[in-house]
Amino acid sequence: MNVDLTIIWALIIVVAIFIYVVLDGFDLGIGILFNTFEGGHDRDTAMNSIAPVWDGNETWLVMGGGGLLAAFPLAYGLIFSAMYAPIIAMLLALVFRGVAFEFRWRDPAHRGFWDLAFTGGSLLAAFSQGVILGALLQGVAISERAYAGGWWDWLTPFSLLTGLSVVVAYALLGSTWLVMKAEGALQRQARAMAWWLGAASLAAIVAVSIATLFLSADYFKNWLNWPNILWVAPVPFLVALASVAFARSLKAGREVAPFLLTLGIFLLCFIGLGISVFPYVVPGAVTIWDAATDRSSQIFMLWGTAIVLPMILGYTAWSYWVFRGKVNADGYHA
Amino acid sequence: MFDLPDALLLARIQFAFTVSFHFLFPAITIGLASYLAVLEGLWLKTGREDYMNLFRYWIKIFALVFAMGVVSGIVMSYQFGTNWAVFSDKAGPIIGPLMAYEVLTAFFLEAGFLGVMLFGMSRVGKRLHFTATLMVALGTFVSAFWILSVNSWMQTPAGYAMNANGQFISAGSWIAIIFNPSFPYRLAHTLSAAYLTTAFLVGAVGAWHLLKDRANPRARLMFSMAMWMAAIVAPLQIVLGDLHGLNTLEHQPVKVMAMEGHYQSHPEGAPLILFGIPNSAEGRVDYAVAIPKLSSLILKHDLNAPMQGLDTVPAADHPPVGIVFWAFRIMVGLGFLMAGLGMLSLWARARGRLYEWKFLHRFALVMGPSGLVAVLAGWITTEVGRQPWTIQGLMRTAESASPLAAPAVAASLVAFVVVYFAVFGAGVLYILKLMAKPPVVHESAPPNIPARAAGTTPAVALRPDALATE
Repeated sequence: MNVDLTIIWALIIVVAIFIYVVLDGFDLGIGILFNTFEGGHDRDTAMNSIAPVWDGNETWLVMGGGGLLAAFPLAYGLIFSAMYAPIIAMLLALVFRGVAFEFRWRDPAHRGFWDLAFTGGSLLAAFSQGVILGALLQGVAISERAYAGGWWDWLTPFSLLTGLSVVVAYALLGSTWLVMKAEGALQRQARAMAWWLGAASLAAIVAVSIATLFLSADYFKNWLNWPNILWVAPVPFLVALASVAFARSLKAGREVAPFLLTLGIFLLCFIGLGISVFPYVVPGAVTIWDAATDRSSQIFMLWGTAIVLPMILGYTAWSYWVFRGKVNADGYHA
Repeated sequence: MFDLPDALLLARIQFAFTVSFHFLFPAITIGLASYLAVLEGLWLKTGREDYMNLFRYWIKIFALVFAMGVVSGIVMSYQFGTNWAVFSDKAGPIIGPLMAYEVLTAFFLEAGFLGVMLFGMSRVGKRLHFTATLMVALGTFVSAFWILSVNSWMQTPAGYAMNANGQFISAGSWIAIIFNPSFPYRLAHTLSAAYLTTAFLVGAVGAWHLLKDRANPRARLMFSMAMWMAAIVAPLQIVLGDLHGLNTLEHQPVKVMAMEGHYQSHPEGAPLILFGIPNSAEGRVDYAVAIPKLSSLILKHDLNAPMQGLDTVPAADHPPVGIVFWAFRIMVGLGFLMAGLGMLSLWARARGRLYEWKFLHRFALVMGPSGLVAVLAGWITTEVGRQPWTIQGLMRTAESASPLAAPAVAASLVAFVVVYFAVFGAGVLYILKLMAKPPVVHESAPPNIPARAAGTTPAVALRPDALATE
């Protein structure tokens, strides 16, 4: 039996990126909305709801990047040098928002500034991630094993659209997280925001989906050619279903369901991206097999991943369990 | 419009800048995490409240340093791809798995338990909390293990083969790759450096508060603990450094030539050049103050052992001698000063004047940043000394870079410099503010911990168990 380890590694990387997107998604989302919250109690509560977990969430970003280097080194170099400007912007934005978690408590005299750094950093990081996604989907100029384009190639109307879409979607995740974790006025505000952010996210999903179809013949074929359409049609159908359920759960005053349904919609979007792109890692140019690392490296890492990843998921879950329940400005209820 | 040499130099400056800034933080957190674990362990064992007060005092500083280490570390893990795409492609099958293991076994451990360590005392009870502290300390150690294995492989590559794409791949044994020839020495030397860095920071803070109030029992406690570390680890570090140097001589002799300033070969015993100004154009050290034959004695344990100089190496393979020469001397000089402080503290302790001798406290205060400076000087020695190679003898730095336009790299370099100085400058300021406050009897917990767990009530001070039951 000859298992295709390249497929397994592609799945591991995709799962790591998905976990990153939903975990850092909600804490970036809270960052994006942060300056709309009332100073004092509300902001402290929002911050406290993510303070113990943001660092672990961001570790998945390192896992996604590091995993790409380990499993698909060619793609790692190609994609990151092609996306030079948005990646540097994302990294610097993450610096600002990361330190704001500590600095705003240390320096009450400049708390306003660090709150702004937190919002601005979260916004720019989310936007950059969306731009990177869009720029990757629209294709990257390559010759031999190197990036062959200019340093502004990433900037197109499509990549701006995906950038904006990710900002809106992360904000939606953040608002539903707060519906779950906050009480009182902050929760009411988050619920109101979740309404229009949900509508905006749905519009963004539709816009990006349609625009993607016309980016390349491959994408069009993967979705609309017979019999592919039979297999992929459930994805948009389920997005519609989840959106209706989301609206109903918000209306019914549910606290946990809106967050979970948003996660579900994210998962469906991810599956949709997979359908468009597979089997490429750099769309239209480099397949996962072209970019795959040596088999010995795949096997060596698979051992570690198989043993350690379940442990990581275990203690990450434990950490979330420790900080479960409602949060307030003073920290956590005992 | 495409000016590759400039872009290459800019990319090198950017990497040197970001990695230097980054390493300052783990250099502190590796040692400080262990120190916090020791403090909490001693508190659990003895019930002495001052251990917990010191724990709370230092965990606030730890949290700040850790946050800065995380965000500057994410930059590093992406910069291999953005700026060194060719290197990433070629070396990825070897270094990628080692770095993936670092994320899997270390970063998640640190991050997963850090939240509980910082915020969870009131939620999980003190034994589980101590476990979290230990896990964070273990995570910093494991992280150093993997990243130093990667760096050592670039210095002394082993266990590799080449495939059809020109990539370095495993020749079969991952043990040979991980435990490459320079790794054990580099690991021991770097970890010991991290412990020293923390010891001298803690010692300087203790000394500062002793100078203001020599009766403060918490200042006494941290000063005493730090001075024990200085007295034991600083001499040990000199031995480890010597062993590391001998290993470098065996595997990277050109680096040692640059460190020693040996432009010329010395067939009958090489001198130890204490000071001088390396002049690479003329191939000699100007104004050299040298001790005849001592270098041969130190490196070969024989006064008359012949030593080859840079004149035996093609000029294209020379590292920049001046930088390596000076960085090495700064590191060694500080190492001996640290050991000197450690010895002085032993003498003061024997005479019962450890907490009274103001000269010792002032000396310790001045030496506070010495570990950080020595660590940077050491890294500059080893990294610049490896030039012009990224993978010693196999892949040149000039062949490793991404095909980027110079303006793109120049813009990002400026952005990094501005943001790092502004953000981390503010962070250092906040740390100094925390350090300037004396450690008090009821040291407060980090500010966003619930008031009940903060230990501000006398009941907790009298009855340590109270923390666990709340």
